[in-house]
Amino acid sequence: MHNKSVAELSRELESGKISSVELAQQFLDRLKLEDGKYNSFITISEEQAMVEAKAADDMRAAGKATAWTGIPFAHKDIFCTNGVRTTCGSKMLENFVPPYDATVTEKFKQAGAVCLGKTNMDEFAMGSSTESSYFGATTNPWGASSAVNRVPGGSSGGSAAAVAARLVPAATGTDTGGSIRQPAALCGITGLKPTYGRVSRYGMIAFASSLDQGGAMTRTAEDAALMLNVMAGFDPKDSTCIDREVPDYTATLNEPLKGLKIGLPKEYFSEQLSPAMEQQVRSAVREYEKLGATVKEVSLPNAKLAIAAYYVIAPAEASANLSRFDGVRYGYRCEDPKDLMDMYTRTRAEGFGNEVKRRILVGSYALSAGYFDAYYLKAQKVRRLIQQDFITAFKEVDVLMSPVSPSPAFVQGEKNTDPVSMYLEDVFTIAINLAGIPAMSVPAGFVDGLPVGLQIIGDYFSEARLLNAAHQFQQVTDWHQREPQ
Amino acid sequence: MSISRADIEKVAVLARIKVDDEQVSALEKDLGNILDLVDQLSAADTDLVEPMAHPLDAVQRLRPDVVTETDQRAAFQAIAPATEDGLYLVPRVIE
Repeated sequence: MHNKSVAELSRELESGKISSVELAQQFLDRLKLEDGKYNSFITISEEQAMVEAKAADDMRAAGKATAWTGIPFAHKDIFCTNGVRTTCGSKMLENFVPPYDATVTEKFKQAGAVCLGKTNMDEFAMGSSTESSYFGATTNPWGASSAVNRVPGGSSGGSAAAVAARLVPAATGTDTGGSIRQPAALCGITGLKPTYGRVSRYGMIAFASSLDQGGAMTRTAEDAALMLNVMAGFDPKDSTCIDREVPDYTATLNEPLKGLKIGLPKEYFSEQLSPAMEQQVRSAVREYEKLGATVKEVSLPNAKLAIAAYYVIAPAEASANLSRFDGVRYGYRCEDPKDLMDMYTRTRAEGFGNEVKRRILVGSYALSAGYFDAYYLKAQKVRRLIQQDFITAFKEVDVLMSPVSPSPAFVQGEKNTDPVSMYLEDVFTIAINLAGIPAMSVPAGFVDGLPVGLQIIGDYFSEARLLNAAHQFQQVTDWHQREPQ
Repeated sequence: MSISRADIEKVAVLARIKVDDEQVSALEKDLGNILDLVDQLSAADTDLVEPMAHPLDAVQRLRPDVVTETDQRAAFQAIAPATEDGLYLVPRVIE
């Protein structure tokens, strides 16, 4: 059962070959047995999962089953789950049990899905390796048996590793600068970051509010479409959510790709990309040509400024969002504070890890008197230049294709001593968040036995087109079916 | 572009994060490197560009001014570090 996709499990449940309770128990048993190798979960919520599985069986018996009824899955530990601790990978929230559900959590509950637990992540989603989690690093299932362990990418590294290791068929993720796509690429799974505003951010612990977006991490594009069907939609509780009709994302998966116009941004095939990676990405693009697509080179001249703009905007927004962690209403509080200021400053010094503190300090600096125009305002202007590049490109082509990361999964400890080298991991993904457009990572080959991701980037609200392109690719390739040994 | 120890100490107070001398030294290097990276922005010509706050230039919606939430004080205070009689407790502010 653990090798089956969401779509396949859904058919098994529907046919009555297995009950939701039996399926949940099988997945939980395997999860408890296997996750010691990966540390992909922070919390396994067995008790609640069995309650949800029982409810799913009742829902089916009542004739009210959806495609997700009884499907085991996991939430990134950034989505608030009523009654199940939600840590965001931080000591600050080590014992935080939310009194409410995120909208995304609520939607999966309504669909009858069975959440097995909460997956590991970089603290407050700030990182590209899942090494900054207070609950220990996650190990990439690819190469996990060799002498050195590799990172699963991040920040949604726990979700990516859990899906790759067949612990769950699907997991939620969030993507602020590449946090769904880069771990999906490094773990050889399929990841989708939707258009900004497509999925509600309510109850999704905020990092950078103008960039954060929840999305899908699955093994197949078909499953990602099923997942977006549940997650997408307007939510009055998220003031930046877009009120726009949600199509059935599975309805267009089988459309032919003949005539699809693909653009290859020349800036994303730069010297930062290893030749072996480039070869894999270009050979994936050739598969699309065989399917009837045409390919041309395009240019995103301001893409080179994306990392610089991001490392002003994201820390600035983070410094404001994370000011809520003050030791008063919830979360960690330091021992024996001598006065209010001592309580704030020690609570935050002890509760946050180093990378989170660095970003809060950079953000506070960029927003402080005398620096606001030079940093934040300037970065927001550059952000518009980056967006204009994409708008121009999409006048000529339907989708853009590129690598997801400059190299495959790196060894644990290799980049976490130098923040800037870690930041460069997102060089091909960050501009997409700044523009707010959707993008996917699709398994597209291997380099030295490690997975390589193809990034497919689309115009605003073109998720159906991206999923169609990814699904058709997965009909003629089997990279997404490869299993780590 | 470098950042001075004094700047770091000042911004740490603004951000309400306690830093010791050793951490200030490490931050001087790390934040300096990050600001060097960010400095690439100054090369961009943005004179005629409007800053972008929302990718779809959406504005914040307003909702009707009516009560929509029920009282959940007890549930919210159950997870607080310290409360008494429905109030959040913090160290004494006024002697």
